[in-house]
Amino acid sequence: MTKRTGAKLTAVLQSIGHRLIDQFWRLGSASRLFAYTLLSSGESLRRPFLVIREIYFTGVLSLIIILVSAFFVGMVLALQGYNTLQKYGSSEAIGVLVALSLVRELGPVVTALLFAGRAGTAITAEIGLMKATEQLAAMEMMAVSPIARVVAPRFWGGVISMPLLAGLFSMVGILGGYLVAVPLIGVDGGAFWSQMQDAVDFREDIVNGFIKSCVFGVACTMIALFEGYDAPPTAEGVSRATTRTVVNSSLAVLGLDFVMTSFMIS
Amino acid sequence: MDRTKIDLWVGIFAAISVAALLGLAMKVGNLTTTNIGDTYTVTAAFQNIGGLKPRSPVKSAGVVVGRVDSIQFDGATYEALVTLKLDKRYQFPTDTFANIYTAGLLGEQYIGLEPGGEEEFLKENDRIMQTQDAVVLEKMISQFLYSKATESND
Repeated sequence: MTKRTGAKLTAVLQSIGHRLIDQFWRLGSASRLFAYTLLSSGESLRRPFLVIREIYFTGVLSLIIILVSAFFVGMVLALQGYNTLQKYGSSEAIGVLVALSLVRELGPVVTALLFAGRAGTAITAEIGLMKATEQLAAMEMMAVSPIARVVAPRFWGGVISMPLLAGLFSMVGILGGYLVAVPLIGVDGGAFWSQMQDAVDFREDIVNGFIKSCVFGVACTMIALFEGYDAPPTAEGVSRATTRTVVNSSLAVLGLDFVMTSFMIS
Repeated sequence: MDRTKIDLWVGIFAAISVAALLGLAMKVGNLTTTNIGDTYTVTAAFQNIGGLKPRSPVKSAGVVVGRVDSIQFDGATYEALVTLKLDKRYQFPTDTFANIYTAGLLGEQYIGLEPGGEEEFLKENDRIMQTQDAVVLEKMISQFLYSKATESND
C-alpha cells in the first residue's frame, strides 16, 4: 500500500518537475532567440524595406480593427461614465474619465490584446509554416541567416507599429467619447476639454502610456516570433502554436500591465 | 503589392499615428500650458496645506498663473513651506493673499492668489506673508458641533 502511494507521489512530483524544466527550457530558448534577434537587427535594419513591409502587415492592416474598437470603446466609456457621474452632479468630468482610462490603461492594453490576436497570430502562423515547409532550413543552406532575414524585420515591424497603434487608439477613443458626451448627451464641450486638460499630465499619463505600449509591443511580437520559431513542423503544431501565441501574449500583457502600473503609480 | 504602394501606406500610417500622439500631447495632455515658459519663485508658509500636492495649480481670478513646485515641512516653525513657480508675465503686489481652496466639493486643491494694494511687486524668492490654510472638514464639523452644544446649554 505505502509502496504504491510512494510510487504515485514520485510520479506526480516527476511530472511537476518535468513541466517546470520544460518551461525553463522554453524561457531560455526564447531569451536566446531575443538576444539573436537584437544581435542581427543591424543587418536587417540596413535593408529598411524588410522592416517597412512588416510595418505594413502588422500596423497598416491592423488599422481597421484598432480604429473601430477604439471608437466603440470610447463611446461606451462615455455612456457608462455619464450614467454614474451624473448621479454626483459632475457630468463634466466625463472628459477626464474617458481620457485618463484610455491614455493610461485601455489604449495600451486593448491595443496589445487586439494586436496579439490580429498581428501576432499571423506572425506565428507564417513563421511556423515557413519552418514546416523547410523554408528556414533552405535559407540556412544558402548561408542566409533566417533570424536576420525573417525574424528581426518582423520584430522591429511589431515594435514600431504597436506604440503608434496605441496612440491612435487613445486619440480615436477620446474622439468617440467626445461624440457621445457632447453632441449626443449634451455635456458642455468646453468643460469636457478643459477638465481633461487639467487632469491629464504629459509626463505622468501620456509618456507612461507610451512606455507601456512599447513594452507590450516587444512582449507580443517576441512571443509570436518565438512560438512560430518553436512550433513543431506539423499542421497541428502550427495551430497549437498560434493558440499559445494569443494566450501567452494576453497573459503577458495583463501581467506586465499590473507590474508597470504599480511602479508608475507609486 | 509593389514596393511604392507599401511605402505609401506605411508613410500614411506613420504620419497619422504621430499626429495622434502629438494631438494627445497637445490637446489632451495640455503640454502647452503645463510648461509655463519663464517663471519666478516665491514661497508661502501655511499651517495646514490639506491635500495640496506638487504641480497643483496656482490661480488668480480663476486663471492658472503658476504651479506648486515643492512642499516642505519647516521644522523650526512647524509650518508647511510651499514653493510656487509663477509665470513671469504676471506680477503680484507684495501684500498678495495666498489661500488654499478646493475646486468644487470633491475637486483637487489649489492656491488662489488675491492681489493686495501695494505698489511693489513680489520678486524672485520673496515670501507671501499673508496666507490662509486649507479648510479641514473635520475641524469645521467639530467646531460646528461645539458651538451647537454651547448654544443648547444656554
